[in-house]
Amino acid sequence: MRPTHGRAIRPLTGFIVLLLAVAGALGWALAAGSMTVTVADVFSALFGAGDSMGAQVVRELRFSRALSAFACGGLLGLAGALMQVLLRNPLADPYILGISGGAALGALGGILAGLTALWVDAGALGGALAATLLVFGLAHGDGSWTQTRLLLTGVIVAAGCGAGVTLMLALAPAGQVHSMLFWLMGDASAANRPWTVLAVLGAALALVLPFGRDLNVLARGGLSAAALGVNVGRMRRALYGLASLCTAAAVTTVGAVGFVGLVVPHLVRLVLGNDQRILLPATVLGGGILLTVADTLARTVVAPRQLPVGVLTALIGVPVFLFLLARQPERG
Amino acid sequence: MSGTHLAAHLPTHLPTHLPPELAYSSPWPDWAQPLLSARQLVLKRGGRGLCANFDFEIHAGECVAILGPNGAGKTTLLHALAGLRAADGGAVSLGGKPYAQWALAEAARLRGLLPQHAPAHFAATVLETVLIGRHPHLGRWGWESERDERIARAALACVGLAGFEVREVSALSGGENQRVALATLLAQTPRLFLLDEPLNHLDLHHQIVVLDLLRVLADGGGAVVMAVHDLDLAARYADRVILFDGAGGVVAGTHAEVMSDARLSHAFAHPLRRVEIEGQAVFLPG
Repeated sequence: MRPTHGRAIRPLTGFIVLLLAVAGALGWALAAGSMTVTVADVFSALFGAGDSMGAQVVRELRFSRALSAFACGGLLGLAGALMQVLLRNPLADPYILGISGGAALGALGGILAGLTALWVDAGALGGALAATLLVFGLAHGDGSWTQTRLLLTGVIVAAGCGAGVTLMLALAPAGQVHSMLFWLMGDASAANRPWTVLAVLGAALALVLPFGRDLNVLARGGLSAAALGVNVGRMRRALYGLASLCTAAAVTTVGAVGFVGLVVPHLVRLVLGNDQRILLPATVLGGGILLTVADTLARTVVAPRQLPVGVLTALIGVPVFLFLLARQPERG
Repeated sequence: MSGTHLAAHLPTHLPTHLPPELAYSSPWPDWAQPLLSARQLVLKRGGRGLCANFDFEIHAGECVAILGPNGAGKTTLLHALAGLRAADGGAVSLGGKPYAQWALAEAARLRGLLPQHAPAHFAATVLETVLIGRHPHLGRWGWESERDERIARAALACVGLAGFEVREVSALSGGENQRVALATLLAQTPRLFLLDEPLNHLDLHHQIVVLDLLRVLADGGGAVVMAVHDLDLAARYADRVILFDGAGGVVAGTHAEVMSDARLSHAFAHPLRRVEIEGQAVFLPG
């Protein structure tokens, strides 16, 4: 691997630290909770045929929830990093183009109609994809597919969805408002299908990693990228589709968890630089760690009550981000 | 032709050869063909005609300046010549083959473009930025090698930025950023250099350094097409001149043919007088 050219740490060191943190976060997520589980229980649940009470809790409840949280965090981090390249704006996040707004409309509509959890998820997915297609169609309308036009269309569609969400909250009977608010802030308590999101995450990474250097070039601007032989139009459409799918998969599973997609790519960029070939996999690991830790805290700090996980991603992410920003040397 | 043309009146700091790292790496496909040719080219922007049925060829060894008032079509022509913008009529061929028949990376190894603006939105070091120019030379999974890094460092040295490798681009001045962009183009090692206002933000010394460098690139078997605003330097460095008059008219020829008082005054809508000082054409605005 190339030298770091003045980056804070070498990429290899960064990945070792991240992988250790992944193991730590997942281990803690499996062990922590209202029922005390021993390390032996965790191991027997994962690698053996342990059928103690602790092993069953780990295998049937905590394992799928922890993996779901990890995969969704990774998806949100990846989607954020891709959106930032697509819009050439380091302040872009996965929701900036209205995907979470569409998902929220679908999910809240489902909750309002009293549908089961599965249909609420389906509503979220449908809403996310509808918003994606709407923004793409409108921004693409006259063929001039500029970042500004895409961004404006996305922000307007998001604003429209936001109004719809507020309207539903205002009209909803008191009993449903609570679950609606939890969905809006992000909630992993019903996340029990980890393999779907993990598969989406793996497929997205496998698709995007071969094009890491093209993304580096694209981040320099469409004209420069085209002059260097990048198929800019195709790359932008692929980025948009992939980031949208990642976001839709995550939002459908854990709700509109904020902050992960914005702050994790930033944190990684501050430490490891902006080479997408390093940034993207590191962001996946970092996003996974953040959401796993946040979800574990969400279900343990005021147990037996559960907190919305989105509150905790912000509570953890903000101070860490500010700390890193403050000790970052001047880079203009 | 250009070697002797140069030796007559150029300053002593002229780089007489290019560092070996920056030599063209891709063989030219067909030497019988011009590097670039435009046939019956029609360009329009916003419904306004910029040029009509314009014929133009550029061969190895040539340095061509594009002149004209703001908005006359200099950038549009460069983008069309780079194959990055479809012509509204006619055809542009690189090495005798239309751009549509080139693989994108293959074309990028033969022709490079210096855009007029390339603002950095993300933090990056100077060396990382220049290494971007190596993109078309690397495979799908290829990482920049030691050799690519040597090429990038040589390119930086050519524009007087040796020692700037680990500086952040956001902390550089406008002129230094322009030289980083030029180094990125050098690291691409194309044979045909298309430059949109390469002298932007450069101080006088670096303007001459860059023009000398472009002259050397052309003399070494490459070709240069650049949009510039400095008439004196254009007349001094360019073998040929393309003049846009801002009203859809384009003429091409040697500077003696094209850069007459009447033509320039008409094109720039400002009285201009051509005088010769020590054998060099100088243009005085009235």
